[in-house]
Amino acid sequence: MSQKGWALSALTASAIVLLGLIISLAVSIGEISIPIETAAKAVSNRVFGTGFELSRIHQGVVWDYRLSRALVAASAGASLALCGAILQALLRNPLAEPYVLGISAGASTGAVCVMILGFGYGVLSLSSGAFIGAVVAFLLVGVLAAGAGGTSERIILCGVAGSQLFNALTSYIVTTSANAEQARGVLFWLLGSLSGVRWPDVYLSVPVAIAGFVLCMAHARSLDAFAFGTDSAASLGIAVRRVQIVLLGATAVMTATVVSMVGSVGFVGLVIPHAARFLVGPAHHRLLPASALGGAIFMVAADIVSRIIIPQQILPIGVVTALFGAPAFAVILYRARRSA
Amino acid sequence: MSISIDKVNYAAGEAVIIDGVTLTIEKGKVLGLLGPNGSGKSSLLRLIARLRKVQSGVIRLGNDDVSTISRHELARRVAFVEQQSTTETQLTVRDVVRLGRTPHLSAWSSWNVQDDAAVQRALSSVGMQDRAGQLWQTLSGGERQRAHIARALAQSPSELLLDEPTNHLDIQHQLEILSLVSKLDLTCVVALHDLNLAAMFCDSLAVLQHGKVVASGAPEDVLTEELVGKVFGVRAHVAKSAVHDRFHIQYLVR
Repeated sequence: MSQKGWALSALTASAIVLLGLIISLAVSIGEISIPIETAAKAVSNRVFGTGFELSRIHQGVVWDYRLSRALVAASAGASLALCGAILQALLRNPLAEPYVLGISAGASTGAVCVMILGFGYGVLSLSSGAFIGAVVAFLLVGVLAAGAGGTSERIILCGVAGSQLFNALTSYIVTTSANAEQARGVLFWLLGSLSGVRWPDVYLSVPVAIAGFVLCMAHARSLDAFAFGTDSAASLGIAVRRVQIVLLGATAVMTATVVSMVGSVGFVGLVIPHAARFLVGPAHHRLLPASALGGAIFMVAADIVSRIIIPQQILPIGVVTALFGAPAFAVILYRARRSA
Repeated sequence: MSISIDKVNYAAGEAVIIDGVTLTIEKGKVLGLLGPNGSGKSSLLRLIARLRKVQSGVIRLGNDDVSTISRHELARRVAFVEQQSTTETQLTVRDVVRLGRTPHLSAWSSWNVQDDAAVQRALSSVGMQDRAGQLWQTLSGGERQRAHIARALAQSPSELLLDEPTNHLDIQHQLEILSLVSKLDLTCVVALHDLNLAAMFCDSLAVLQHGKVVASGAPEDVLTEELVGKVFGVRAHVAKSAVHDRFHIQYLVR
C-alpha cells in the first residue's frame, strides 16, 4: 500500500475509534454521571446477557436513554453529512445541503399539521406527520424541477420556492391556530431535539443510514464524473437521469427519516462535507466515508454539549450545531470568494 | 471506426436545429465542422455522442446504430471534449484525466495497472506529464483544453469529438492543439470557427448553415470564395498558400 493509502487507513481507523469513544462519553456524561466501566457493563448485560450487578437506575439510564440517543445522533449526523456531500456533487453547488430541496420545510408543515391542527386524529404521530410532509414537499419540488428542465440551477431554485411555500404554510398555521405553548413546542421541535428518542428510533435510523451509505458508495464513481457537469458525466458513460433520480430519492428518504425523528438540525449537512473535503480530498470513495464518520462524531459531540453547557437545561441540538456551524460556514464563503 | 450520419433531424422545442444532415467520416480521418454561430455544429456533435436524441435519421459508428449502444459502452468508443467546461472541485490534472477511465470501471471494481498506463499515455500525448499534480484552477485556458483532451484520450476511444477546442486560446496553443488532434490515430470531428485552421488541419470539411449541410468534401473544394460569401457573408480571396500547400483565405473589407 502507498504512503497515502496508509495515511488514509490510519485516519479511518482513528475516526472509528473516536466515534466509539465519543459514544461512550455520551453514555456516561449527563445529569447522573456514570463511569464508562459501569456503562460498558450495562451494555454487555443487554447485548451478551452477562449478569453484572448494577443498579436498575444505571442500567436503565445507560440502555434506555443514553445509548439509544447516542446511536440515533450518530446515524442522523452520518445521514445528514452524507446527503450534503451527495447534493453538493449532484447539484454542483458548494452551498447545497440536505434541506435544499424543501424537505425540512415540508417536514415542519407536516409536524404542525399533526401538532396544532390535529391531523390524523391521534393515530398519526408527530414523526410520521413530519415524514409525510417531507416526502410531499420533495415530490412537489421534484415534479416542479423536472418540469422546469432538471438542470442543477433549476432544481435548486425549485427547492427554494418549495421551501418558501412550506415555511409560509407553517407560519400561517402557527400564527392562526396555535396557542403560546404550542408555538413554543413548534419552535423547539424545529430547532431539533433528541430528547424523545428511544430504541424503536434506533431500529429505523441506523438501517436507513447504513443502506443509504452503501447505495451512495455504489455511486461514488458516478459522482466523481459529475465534476464537469451533466453532459460531461453522460459522455463518460453515466446514466445521468437514473443516477440523479436514485440519489435524490435516497437523500430524500435519509433526510426525511432524520428530520421526522430529531427535527431539522442545521449545518451538519452543509459544513461536515466541506471539512471532510479538506481532510481527504474530493474523490467520493474517500469523501463519503469521511463525511459519514465526521457527521456522526460531530452530532454526538453536539448532543453532549447541548446537555451539559447549561446546567439543568437541555439546549436544542440545532442551536449547538449552528453555533459551531455558522463560523465554519463563514470560512467556506470566504474561501469561495478567494478562489472565484 | 467510421461515423455515418444519415438524414438526421433534431429540434429543440419549435426551433429546428439540425435539418436532414447526411455526412460520412472515414475511419482515422479528421472532419472539420464549419458554420456561423447557431448553425448547429455543437448540436450535431452532441447528437453523435448521444447527449441529445435524434428526432429522425440514424447515426452509425461503423455498422452500429448509436441509439442501440448502451451509454457505458458508447463512452468506451466515443469521447467528447466540450467547449470550455470547468469545475469548482479542487481536482488535479491527473484527477481530471483519471475521470476518462470511468467507462472502463464498474461501481466496485478497483483501479488497475492498465488504467494507470492509459492515464500516463494520455498525459504524455498532450505533453502534460510534468503538470499531473497541478490543480485545475491554476491552469491556463490552453492547459485546461489539453487536460480535457487527455481525459478524452484516457477513455481509449475510437472516435473523438471536439467542440471548438481552440476558442479563446492564443495562436500558439490553437496550432498546438489542432496539430495534436490531426496526428491522433482516431476518427475525429472538430467544430471550428477559423477557416484557415480548418483548411490546414482537417482531411475534409462540412459547412453547416441553419442546420443544413451546404457544402462538404476536401478543403479546397469546400472553401470557395462563393461559399465564404454566401455562408459567412464576407468577401474573401482564396488561394493556395505559398508556404504550405493548403488553401489560405484572405478576407476583404468593403
